[in-house]
Amino acid sequence: MELAIGIILGCCALGAGLAMIAGIGPGIGEGHAVAKACEAIGRQPECKGDVTTTMLMGCAVAETTGLYALVIAILLIFVAPGQLVDILKTALGQ
Amino acid sequence: MKEKTTAFRVVDALLLCLTILPIVCGMVLKILFTPPAEGIQITGALIYFEVPMPVQNLVITEAQVNAWLVMAAILFLCLYLTHGLQVKAQTKRQIFVEWIVEKSEQLTTGNMGDYFLGFSPFVAAILALSAFSSLLSLFGLYAPTSDINVVAGWAILTFILITYYKFKAGPVQYLKSFGDPVPFLAPLNIISEVATPVSMAFRHYGNILSGSVISVLIAAGLQGLSAMVLGWIPVVGEIPLLQIGLPGVLSIYFDVFSGVLQAYIFAMLTMLYVSGGFPLEKYMAKKAKRQARKQAKAVQ
Repeated sequence: MELAIGIILGCCALGAGLAMIAGIGPGIGEGHAVAKACEAIGRQPECKGDVTTTMLMGCAVAETTGLYALVIAILLIFVAPGQLVDILKTALGQ
Repeated sequence: MKEKTTAFRVVDALLLCLTILPIVCGMVLKILFTPPAEGIQITGALIYFEVPMPVQNLVITEAQVNAWLVMAAILFLCLYLTHGLQVKAQTKRQIFVEWIVEKSEQLTTGNMGDYFLGFSPFVAAILALSAFSSLLSLFGLYAPTSDINVVAGWAILTFILITYYKFKAGPVQYLKSFGDPVPFLAPLNIISEVATPVSMAFRHYGNILSGSVISVLIAAGLQGLSAMVLGWIPVVGEIPLLQIGLPGVLSIYFDVFSGVLQAYIFAMLTMLYVSGGFPLEKYMAKKAKRQARKQAKAVQ
């Protein structure tokens, strides 16, 4: 029983860590966006405001995939272990 | 310029007090209901009480209560700001209010077109509610936006608006929009239609929640660090000295900047999705046709 619960907890933590690998994508994407925005501001300093707001918009949209991973990681850490242990306990009839 | 009367001042002070009162109420509720705990804790919203209902118990959580408190605070703030308006702006307060209204109308018409001028109160309301909800965590209260139920409610509201405006040009036109550019892609279009509210809700809630989780982790880590580094000093070692200041600096990013930015993005995406889904030209053509028919009938 203890071994089973230990495996459940460990696998949940591992899964959360693996899910957060998705953080690479938004990082690279937003870095590109900000680099291009810097170039644009360097070329045309007078439209700094427009460029900045558009860039923040784009960054927020690019962040979505990372946030999906984050939500899954949070679910795996805070919600999944309890439910899985409950399922295990009912399956073993304890 | 007319001198302010005593009654005016009293009402002003009363409205300001009523603005602050909901936040104090939230703090008192939190203190009353928080169970005693040791160490750090990352939990969801506290459950205040449950109302028995036929199918499932109606659960009143901290997030809902705080959202209503924020709404009350914003209501009284608006009443305070619009108190004593004159035809010609003379006070600083009125100039500030007019600036807010002007900016929100500019934002709306700039992003959605002139047809959607009536949307500016809605956009301003979403912006204010979202921003103030996120800023509530500065008072140590649970930010309603870090609960997915609250944000999902707003996202569903946006989804209803998008569908309503797509329907305005007629159901045939609405169904046709799924078979665009080729009918073969209809399933994917339906998925992306449903993904819109989901992604909006997850984006807002994920950002605020991750900020609060990171704040708690950093505070706990600093406590451990100061116990390790300064723990050997007799009296000073008891106080987590490293916890002073640094979490506050991080909270400027995670609570203030991130919260306000997410509010702006939520409002912006609402505007873009609603105006993007609305086929204005087709709707105008249909309206013109209907009017022409009505006129022809009237002539007969």
